[in-house]
Amino acid sequence: MSAVAVERRPARPNVASRAFAFVRRNLLTAYSILFFAYLLLPIAVVIVFSFNHPTGKFNYTWQGFTWDNWRYWDGVPGIRSSIVLSLQIALLASLVATALGTAIALALVRYNFRGRASTNILIFLPLSTPEIVLGASLLTLFLNLNVIFGFWTILIAHIMFCISFAVVTVKARLVGFDRHLEEAAMDLGANEWTTFQKVTLPLIAPAILAALLLCFAISIDDFVVTYFNSGSKVTFPLFVWGAARIGAPPQVNVIGTAIFVVALTAMLVNVLIQMRRSKGAT
Amino acid sequence: MSLFHRHRGLTPYLLLLPGVLFLAIFFVVPLGFLAYQSLQSGNFDIGYSFTWAWSNYGDALRNYRAQFIRSLEYAGIATALALVISYPVAYWIAFRGGRWKNLLLLFIVAPFFVTYLIRTLAWETILSDNGFVVNTLQSLHILGPGGRLLATSTAVVAGITYNFLPFMALPLYVSLEQIDGRMLEAAEDLYASKLHAFLRVTLPLSLPGVVAGTLLTFIPAAGDFINAQLLGAPDNHMIGNVIQSKFLELTDYPAAAAMSFILMAGILVAVFVYARAVGTEQLTGTAA
Repeated sequence: MSAVAVERRPARPNVASRAFAFVRRNLLTAYSILFFAYLLLPIAVVIVFSFNHPTGKFNYTWQGFTWDNWRYWDGVPGIRSSIVLSLQIALLASLVATALGTAIALALVRYNFRGRASTNILIFLPLSTPEIVLGASLLTLFLNLNVIFGFWTILIAHIMFCISFAVVTVKARLVGFDRHLEEAAMDLGANEWTTFQKVTLPLIAPAILAALLLCFAISIDDFVVTYFNSGSKVTFPLFVWGAARIGAPPQVNVIGTAIFVVALTAMLVNVLIQMRRSKGAT
Repeated sequence: MSLFHRHRGLTPYLLLLPGVLFLAIFFVVPLGFLAYQSLQSGNFDIGYSFTWAWSNYGDALRNYRAQFIRSLEYAGIATALALVISYPVAYWIAFRGGRWKNLLLLFIVAPFFVTYLIRTLAWETILSDNGFVVNTLQSLHILGPGGRLLATSTAVVAGITYNFLPFMALPLYVSLEQIDGRMLEAAEDLYASKLHAFLRVTLPLSLPGVVAGTLLTFIPAAGDFINAQLLGAPDNHMIGNVIQSKFLELTDYPAAAAMSFILMAGILVAVFVYARAVGTEQLTGTAA
């Protein structure tokens, strides 16, 4: 397309614009490759150092290759229980937050009601509040009510910051779908609940799944809010934080790599299915 | 049918109730408690009492001016860097990505698949004193023989920039991708050079993405303390470090609460100014 435009245009030798065209054509690609190298470099470091055989307690310099870190992935006291806790919290928080968020998204997109604008603001605010303020304010709530910190305070915190993400994800899908399908169901005598079960839910199922995965990912990665509300409980990010102060063991890299591979595989499958589908469509 | 219509008015509220109630109790009410705490005086041993202690705010600003300014400075520089670094790539994916677009976007968010703390620790490894980055810079005499990167402001800003880069790149890509190619053809038909077409058409049309990306990067960056803690020295500590240690180590709750509010107020003012400048629909639309 651009080549045609260049030929058609009367020659106007302008050094600046020709330089820009060259930059656009070649340098941009080279730059983008460098960019991705920069973006992926720390990930490569995490993966490589999961096979490191450190001599001291610091896993900073390459000492030699070993499978041991992978074989004894839970060979560090506390790491296994922290992973179990993180998985439990992430699973519960993503389920509850997605259920609550889906309901809010349905109300926001489907209905005109008083208080719609303020609900939108209420959803948007947690997304634009720094995590440290979210964590600190929950901490003061629990402190003032003399709540005992632990599993439940972590879970409540995670549900709280996941809801907005779930709403935004499901809303995006709901906005773009055909209202007539629901109206048709209702015309055929289905009540609202049946319509929701038989028509709406199957249509927004992919968005609900996406919201679940997003909430799970955000929850399992969260450090700041958890740090403020965990008491003596230790999730995996908190374990990493504690370990970092005295030199993180290579097992941390093993778990980091494992999480990365699982998440990447899930996303890759999703992208490849999309690519195949769009290829089939054209 | 009449029954159904009567219920219709209630349905949205029933749908909203659980989630909104949850957010009200665990997001809005805690902010009230934070405000309440920030106006208390006393200490952990004798207990705190509410005394309208506005002086907490003045003291916080006076005693931790450097950290407040540093937070805004680091977050500002990191946001600008992230914009400059990721704009060309977002442009490249949007206009050259073809059917690989989704795959390239996946690479953009790949860092998010590695736990935040672990990827920051990876930068600690990369920038460490015997690492190849320091060695290379030393051999090029950019860094002196004893020079280091770790525990400097450079390392902290670099860490923040990297960690929030996808927040910048994604909205940029979304706004660039929406640009109608025919607009650029029209510009060229009207004898605009490629440079002019970019400056007069592409750049203005991508502004919503720039605004959204800036906010999504700046807000978490200003409150961050992990990068300063792991990659910086105490000289590089940001207001997040102070809030964190006051809350969890020194139990000086009123001061920490006041600082949280100053941080949040500063950020909300920035968001509000942005929202007025570009319109809330655009802001929330692209941010979502």
